[in-house]
Amino acid sequence: MNATFTILGSGVAGLSLAAELSERDARIQVIDPNGAPGKHACSWWAGGMLAPECEGVFSEKAVTRHGRKAASWWATHGAGLSQSGTLVVALDRDHNELATFARRLNGAVWLDRDRLVDLEPHLADHFSHALFVESEAHLNPRRTLTRLRKRLEQSGVVFTEDGTPNGQVIDCRGLEARDHLCDLRGVKGEMVTVRSEDVILHRPVRLLHPRFPLYVVPRCNGVFMLGATQIESGERNRATVRSVVELLNAAYALHTAFGEAELLEVGADARPAFPDNLPRIRRTCDRVYVNGLYRHGFMLSPALARMTADLLLEEKEPEDFYEDHR
Amino acid sequence: MPEFYGTKIASRLMLGTAQYPSPAILAEAFRRSGAGVATVSVRREAGGGRAGPDFKILIQNLGVAVLPNTAGCYSVRESVTTAQMARELFDTDWIKLEVIGHADTLQPDPFALVEAARNLTEDGFQVFPYCTDDLVLCEKLLEAGCQVLMPWGAPIGSGLGLNDPYALRSLRAHFPEIPLVVDAGLGLPSQAAQAMEMGYDAVLLNTAVARAGDPAAMAEGFAKAVDAGALAHAADPMEPRDMAAPSTPVLGKAFL
Repeated sequence: MNATFTILGSGVAGLSLAAELSERDARIQVIDPNGAPGKHACSWWAGGMLAPECEGVFSEKAVTRHGRKAASWWATHGAGLSQSGTLVVALDRDHNELATFARRLNGAVWLDRDRLVDLEPHLADHFSHALFVESEAHLNPRRTLTRLRKRLEQSGVVFTEDGTPNGQVIDCRGLEARDHLCDLRGVKGEMVTVRSEDVILHRPVRLLHPRFPLYVVPRCNGVFMLGATQIESGERNRATVRSVVELLNAAYALHTAFGEAELLEVGADARPAFPDNLPRIRRTCDRVYVNGLYRHGFMLSPALARMTADLLLEEKEPEDFYEDHR
Repeated sequence: MPEFYGTKIASRLMLGTAQYPSPAILAEAFRRSGAGVATVSVRREAGGGRAGPDFKILIQNLGVAVLPNTAGCYSVRESVTTAQMARELFDTDWIKLEVIGHADTLQPDPFALVEAARNLTEDGFQVFPYCTDDLVLCEKLLEAGCQVLMPWGAPIGSGLGLNDPYALRSLRAHFPEIPLVVDAGLGLPSQAAQAMEMGYDAVLLNTAVARAGDPAAMAEGFAKAVDAGALAHAADPMEPRDMAAPSTPVLGKAFL
């Protein structure tokens, strides 16, 4: 008889794990009182950048190592993946920010204005040079979560809002699991989406700034996601004027045409994180927790799903992020 | 070692708590440097009290004196309200008073600063004013009730070091009994050592440590530099001179 598992939570961590287990013929039930993917999940608000090199500038090596495998996993799991790299720029007066970033970044090349014209002509008027990380990718988080859930339903994974757990329980509830995980905290992030017909970008752009760093992720139909603040706070669902002003100001500095963009959405949530901002596969007597994906939900959930499935089905200890609290 | 409002501190290094890659690295920076004071922005990091207990616990677990600040405040009213919130949140009368007058350079507004310092002192606060190195401003802050002065080395986060050593020396000379802290603008440990060599009581910094590739190592570097500078000041350094003065007499030595 196939192993039976109950996954709590259907954010990016829970759905990735369901996919990984279901492909290995396990019987899976996913319980999430909020139903289909939506505003309640912090991955709903994510940028969806699979940027292990850029994130590696601020993160441990393991984040980059596992993050590098995310794009290929998502490409085979229904994500409409764009593998067009990442561009990193800074205003002229913040050139030192770019120089420091370049020193700590792997896998990037410098672009002069001529090459920038080829890649992102709309930025070439504003920036004389940029860093380009060709290997990075991005996806649309909302579409990806929705599609993945549909695929899982078609392959026999049972989704309920109030079922009773049976089999082994894997808790992927993010910040909702705080009552059980005393070292888990929230890191608030605020984001804005806008629509502009006057700005065309083909890939995520990071604008470095000593105080107001910004990333802009292009979606389709002229929609851009602007993100994201990072505030030590577990507060969810409340964006402040100040944060939004800072994000919009930075976008305007990136390209003045954002000044005429249509404001579509302001969002906020808190990312679940442990003190070192690294995720955990934590095994206790009654369940396994997969949590603390911080700002790397889409980038690290494939690796966490694979390692957790190895642990559950083959008793193979995860090579990273593992804690045995039994 | 410095003493602020009657409280002795075991280190001349004071660190900010923002911009670190993670709370674990923040804690490691405090551990390796032995910094004696943690300054924390109430307005932003603590989310104005809505953030929940996590950040407060994180700061209190550092095991050092907490100096809440009013970073990001642009008026007397804002900074006074933030200070009151800080007192409630961290249960301390200490407040690092920042009243910013210029959004781009984060230069303090000296006029609002004096007014806010007077209001807060009258309300029982023990005020640590973040100020420019202007002698007259510093006199006014002392008149307003401050018993510590925190002149800048350079604008916040700039890493430029001590922009006006003459002004900083002048403050030290005019206020020999007042604890003086160079706050903001330091980028390298050598600049912190320079402040201590001038006889400053402590230095306060954040960005230089938090944004270093290895924050904990940089924090330790600053701690060593601060100790070196303080030792040098206490040792009564020689005055520079134009003439070479061989430390070993050469007269009468054999040619080899």
